[in-house]
Amino acid sequence: MSRVHARSGTDTKQALVIVAHGSHLNPDSSAPTFAHADTIRESGAFDVVRETFWKEEPSVREVLRIVEADEVFVVPLFISEGYFTEQVIPRELRLDGWDVSAWESDGTSADHATYEAADTGTTVHYCGPVGTHDSMADVIIQRARSVTDDPTVGPGFGLAVVGHGTERNENSAKAIHYHADRIREQHDFEEVRALFMDESPEVDDITDHFESEDVVVVPLFVADGFHTQEDIPADMGLPTDGPGEYPVPGTVGETRIWYSGAVGTEPLLADAILERASDAGAEISDAIERVRRSTRETRDVVVGEP
Amino acid sequence: MTVSRSHIAALRDAADTGVSFDGLSVTVDDGTYTFAIPDERHTGLDAAELADVATANNAYVTNWYHWTRIDRTDSEQTYLRWLEHADGLAVPQRYDALSEGGLTRLWGELSITTTLDRDEAQRRYSIRHENDTNTDRAELAVYDDPLDAREIAKHDDDGHYRPLKTAPTLRTGWLFADLSGHELLRTIDFLYPATVHNWYLERHGELDVSHWRETAQRQTGIYDLIEELGGDQLEWLTEACCVDSQCLKRRQWDESDDEPLDTPRGDGVFPCREPCSLVIAVARKLTLLEREQPREYTFELTPSEKEQLETLIDAVAEGRTEEIREADTDDGANRYRARYLRAKRFDEHGRLSGVPTSEDDTEN
Repeated sequence: MSRVHARSGTDTKQALVIVAHGSHLNPDSSAPTFAHADTIRESGAFDVVRETFWKEEPSVREVLRIVEADEVFVVPLFISEGYFTEQVIPRELRLDGWDVSAWESDGTSADHATYEAADTGTTVHYCGPVGTHDSMADVIIQRARSVTDDPTVGPGFGLAVVGHGTERNENSAKAIHYHADRIREQHDFEEVRALFMDESPEVDDITDHFESEDVVVVPLFVADGFHTQEDIPADMGLPTDGPGEYPVPGTVGETRIWYSGAVGTEPLLADAILERASDAGAEISDAIERVRRSTRETRDVVVGEP
Repeated sequence: MTVSRSHIAALRDAADTGVSFDGLSVTVDDGTYTFAIPDERHTGLDAAELADVATANNAYVTNWYHWTRIDRTDSEQTYLRWLEHADGLAVPQRYDALSEGGLTRLWGELSITTTLDRDEAQRRYSIRHENDTNTDRAELAVYDDPLDAREIAKHDDDGHYRPLKTAPTLRTGWLFADLSGHELLRTIDFLYPATVHNWYLERHGELDVSHWRETAQRQTGIYDLIEELGGDQLEWLTEACCVDSQCLKRRQWDESDDEPLDTPRGDGVFPCREPCSLVIAVARKLTLLEREQPREYTFELTPSEKEQLETLIDAVAEGRTEEIREADTDDGANRYRARYLRAKRFDEHGRLSGVPTSEDDTEN
């Protein structure tokens, strides 16, 4: 298939493509992807920003042909490294010669690798998922601040980082532990725990894992859906009046639970997407600073800059 | 309508290498210009005379400028010119039509109208649902940002989520009233993603179709098993998902390059180049169901009850259950009729005629 160039020959634009899972059933699944794409559009960091989905359109198979750029930064909006980031997305993008070893990842350290897409000839800088970038720790903490409405949240509070967990992919849990460990080292929460829906330690027993009276619970999911709005609140024993209808804070036993909903809905996540592209060589000048300013009022660096 | 000086200057410069576009021809030889349009030819013009002739034939000049001096991709250019019938209408007729209400094309359920702006130099585009063609503008929600199309595309008029963007269920009641060509393309791209580009590739004989076999072979994980489907099952699958009543794309893929499917491809203007994610997801479910072996069951039904079962399946398949009137007891899919049949013929476990579904179904 031939490339279709802008006829001026000035086709040296820099584009960002955000890949997300999407859903055939849940209309809210794509919402965070669109919201973060809009934040990045407003920052002016890229000439073109486009969303694409595994389950929705434009499909990953067809997105490159509708992005007018020879050079595209592709950032997966996924929580962990694994099946989607290592197999499905590279295959659907038709990345010639893709091999996961290019990332040299230990399960949480994928960075980026450059390939040509077979159908369009586009140069694709394929980045690791947003969820394993170091800046996700900041996003989790920002989520804790948002849900407690307390910019200094930490002392006196426990923090539970909740993942899906799956027997099929050990990296799924690795990403959760990775962020929990870093926040524990670098932030002043009383206690930080990694908990899971489908493996131990389980979120069902949340009050057994904390001594603090107040516990912020941040689920590492991209979008709000069945898991974050029904499963996890029910597992924890929060009183609910239906999907997404739970008190904040809610009381379980002697513990006040500040449940934040999906981390992916936090506006600051746009920053982590930009960081991924920047690490891969995208020239985005001061866009990261602008996005940080627009998505939160203050930024306390809790982790050393890479 | 006036031709701007910049247009005339651009035309004069372009004459050096020769202008030939949509019936307009301008050349220069030894410092004198020749300006020709169909049925009219002016030779030996100096620069001032060229400007006069260009002004007198401004439609040809602004048309040339619009289509050759504005940066667009080839697919954008081809599509926007198709919208205004550039291949079929000469410039004067086209300009008349664009000035008097515009030229309209249908794209799926979209009605797209091209008009000229006040200076008659630039095209402007409006886009609405074809069912809103005669709706008063005051009754439509007017948008100007292509990004808003994402929300329009998400739910149908009944508020149901649309997992397939090209399903013929696009919401009505909205209007993008005044878009540039580029904004129009972005709007369409959110309503019917990639359709313009694939249409363009098809027109140029470059559409990269992925047939069922290679698409199925590519799948991994939970979709790996869809390779089991073939032959008649693919006919039934495409009849279920891919006909015009379900999707506006025209199916260009088959079982393989030399194994066509008989299911009608559809009359859509834009092509479908490979089985979409929804078809793959449906196929997975059907693959699992098709692993079952048929069994013989014995039911007792009256002739009308047999027909009623056929009507019920047909009503669901055609999506007409919402239309059946509350008291229309002549319709076998009427709710009271269905509830009566259930009360009469199902046992307390919901089994038809009390017949066990499988041998290990021991509910008594």
